[in-house]
Parts: sequence; C-alpha cells; structure tokens
Amino acid sequence: MKERGWTEIPPGGIIEEAGNAVAYETGSWRTYRPVWDSETCIHCLRCWVACPDSSIEIADGKVTGIDYDHCKGCGICSFECPVDPKAIQMKLETDIAKE
Amino acid sequence: MRVARRLILTGNDATAEAMRQIAPDVVTCFPITPQTELMHKFAEHVADGDVDTELVLVESEHSAMSAAVGAAAAGARAMTATAANGLALMWEIVYIAASYRLPIVMPVVNRALSGPINIHCDHSDTMGCRDTGWIQLYSENAQEAYDNTIQALRIAEHPDVLLPVMVTFDGFILSHTAEILEGLEDAEVKDWIGTYEAKYSILNTDDPVTMGPLDLQDYYFEHKRQQVEGMRHAPAVIRDIGRAYGELSGRSYDLFEAYRLEDAEFAVVALGSTCGTTKVVVDELREQGTKAGLLKIRSFRPFPEAEIAEALGNAKAIGVLDRSISFGAPGGPVHKEIKAALYGTGREIGIVNYIYGLGGRDMSVNDIKTAFAGLEKVAREGTPDDNIRFLGLRGEGGV
Ligand code: SF4
Ligand code: SF4
Repeated sequence: MKERGWTEIPPGGIIEEAGNAVAYETGSWRTYRPVWDSETCIHCLRCWVACPDSSIEIADGKVTGIDYDHCKGCGICSFECPVDPKAIQMKLETDIAKE
Repeated sequence: MRVARRLILTGNDATAEAMRQIAPDVVTCFPITPQTELMHKFAEHVADGDVDTELVLVESEHSAMSAAVGAAAAGARAMTATAANGLALMWEIVYIAASYRLPIVMPVVNRALSGPINIHCDHSDTMGCRDTGWIQLYSENAQEAYDNTIQALRIAEHPDVLLPVMVTFDGFILSHTAEILEGLEDAEVKDWIGTYEAKYSILNTDDPVTMGPLDLQDYYFEHKRQQVEGMRHAPAVIRDIGRAYGELSGRSYDLFEAYRLEDAEFAVVALGSTCGTTKVVVDELREQGTKAGLLKIRSFRPFPEAEIAEALGNAKAIGVLDRSISFGAPGGPVHKEIKAALYGTGREIGIVNYIYGLGGRDMSVNDIKTAFAGLEKVAREGTPDDNIRFLGLRGEGGV
C-alpha cells in the first residue's frame, strides 16, 4: 500500500472507515506462534473466549484454526487450554522458520 | 447606536458570564485557586437554569480535560477552565486535545507552579505548555478575558484552524478584581458564535470513524505537520475574527497591540495585566519627552514574528518582560521569541530581559520605570553581558 502525504489524510489521526482493525496485520509482531492440535482439542472454546485479538477461528461451535494475520502470540489461549498436554502449544517463530 | 451593557465583574465572573452566553454543550469542572470562583459562578448559572450546559463534575484536572476531549470527540462544544498545578495535572491530555484537532476552549487563570507552593500570579503554567499545540491568547484585563473567551470559540472551530484555545488572564490581579466592562447581549453572542457542526463525531453510528488509533512511524509525522498547518492558518483567522468582533462590540482585536510604538526608541514587550501598568508609564514618559512605547502580545501561540519584528522596527533598545523563567535557557520564553523574531532582520537592537513578578511579586509603576531607565544605556551600548535581569528581586543581581 502506498503511504499518503500529510495533505491527503484526515486530520487528527482519524480513520474514516470503521472496522479497520482487520486491515492491520498485528500478526507481524509475533515471537511465539500458537500451534493448535485438532487431535487433542476437546472444543471447550476457552481459547476462543480468552483470545484478546479474536484470532481463534471457529465454525459450528468447533475450533477450526488460528488467524495468523492477527494473532500476536500472547499465549493466553495456550495458558487457558485445559487439556494435558495442551492442545495449543507455543513455539518460537524462529524455530518454525528453521524447520 | 448600540447601548452598552455595563457590568461590574471580576475577571472570573466576567469569564463565567461569557461562558453562560456561549452556552457550551458540555463544561467539565474541577476547582483550583484562583480559577475556583469562575467555576462557582458558572455552576451557579447552571443551577439557576440560566444556561442548559451539561456540567460534568470530575475528580481531577486530568479527568476534566479527558471528559472535555470525549465530549468534543462526540461533536459537542466543550469547555473547561484551570490554573497552575491543575493545568500541569492535565498536561498529557492537553497535548491529546490539540493532536486530535478538538476545538476545546479553556480559560486558564495564570498562577505560579509549585513549588514552593504559591497561589499567586505568574505565567509559568501557560508558558510551560506553549508547545502543546494550543493557541494561547493573553488578556490585559477582565474585558479582554470576556472578549477573548467569546472569540476563542470561533477561532478554535474555524475549519482552517481546528485547534484548541487557551484564554489566559492573571490570577488574583484580574481574576479577583472587579472592573467595569461592557458585555454583549445574550442574543448577540448566540448569533455571532453560531452553531458548531463537527465534521466527525464518535457517536455518529451512521457514519462511524475511528478516533485515537495507534499512529506509529508511518503516519505520526504527517499528523504533526497537519497541526503545524492549522497553526499557520491561525494568525489570519485570529485577525479576521478580531475585526468581526470589533464590528459587533466596538472593540477590535489583533494579534498584538502596538501602544505608542511607531516612533518609540525605547520599547517594552509584555503580555497580561502588566501591560495596563506599562501604558501608564509610557504615557508619563512621553509627557517628559522620552519616546517610550509598548508592544503587548495577545497571541503568543501562534507567535506573529514577522509582524512583531516590523512593529519593533524603530526601537533603539527593547526590554522584554517575562513573568516566568525558562530554566537553563538564555532568557524567558517571551525574550527568546523576540530575539528570534529579530534575527536575520539585519537590525542590531540592544535587548534586555526583565524577569519579574514571580509568585505574584508586585509589579509597580516604579518597577516598569526602572526597566525603561535601563534601556537608555542599552540603546547607547548595545546588548550588555548582563542582559537577563531580575526586576523586583532582593539581593545580588536584582534590579
Ligand atoms: S496467542 Fe494470543 S492472540 Fe494468538 S490466538 Fe492465542 S490468545 Fe489469540
Ligand atoms: S482451549 Fe484447548 S481444548 Fe479448549 S477449544 Fe481451545 S484448543 Fe481446544
């Protein structure tokens, strides 16, 4: 996206389109990635309730995956997961990149 | 011919009267000496049903400015008032109000900042926030505090400006002293300020916008440049509105007032209530044949440097009065601006800075005479080494 000059933007930092957070890919901040295991997940949805960035994807009351464009890797989902071993494991992005 | 509405009011009550006539949608209120009586009076107007403003009583000045920001973001006309440490406590949000381009108007009753604790007048409070992005209008007397408050609404809300405005007047000296002044009729004020339609409202669900988002390396710089542009438009707007106000009231306003300055050899630059005393001294010196003059700054932000440099053109020596200190800097805030304004004009004018009146220390006719007397040597010999002087100070270095 081409960044605009100071005469081309609304004043005071206002963003004229509502719901614009979807365009902001906070996933680029991530150090640890939550890796979800569909085999061990019991679909209790605790992670979905707790995620501060609405990044746990669900369909028909079941977890289907994680939105890595917006997940910033805070680890709350993994912390809250009641399964042992946890159905969401936090892994270093740098390790994943090496694999 | 219009019949003047004569009033006898203190600076605080005059400003509360202006606020009653403006009838802002929202006023946020927290008391601090010497602003307290202003809000007492305004709260009385609200309680008596003389104005239908939503008065929001908050628990601190930080909240007073925050609530004003919230109200203005919703598109309301929002005002608050404060002084000294109260202004210091709202500091964070003072910047935010300007950055979000919210046209809040705030009377500030000038008082010394602690410590040691002091409730009397100096300009350390508003001078300290001269770089917050607010327009600052200084008042010489209660009449000007009243007039500036009304004009501030239209300046702040002007689409080319869209910046908050501080209207300042000296604590106790003006805030608690009764003066005869002329008020406008309620209907005149109402018509003259008109209604305010904010371009954006945080409560407009039909056309929602985001206010206050994170603004990092990519756009923050551009938004600051926009604020600069609003400030650059402000001088012409302040002047136009000052003229229009003159047509309404018979009292025109400019960015500064040049009092007997045109052929003045000895010029004093000041702002606030001391200008009234200085005019008395200028008149007296003129009678004795000394070419004395005063440049009274009304708009300190924006600072009209080219016009001020021109107005000081004939001076052989300039004494700049500062009612605050800029610690570690070469002189007080007004002094530095005047020196900067004259830089590059090719004129070598001797300039001395008189720091005076801190913590409410009296500034008498004799003190101002001392300041003028000091200028004669400066005119002969140029800017001296001891060009930062402390007028009215006891002990070494005081004059
Ligand atoms: S790591 Fe944090 S942001 Fe990412 S999915 Fe889990 S709870 Fe949401
Ligand atoms: S908290 Fe764990 S078990 Fe529960 S839905 Fe989320 S991943 Fe599955």
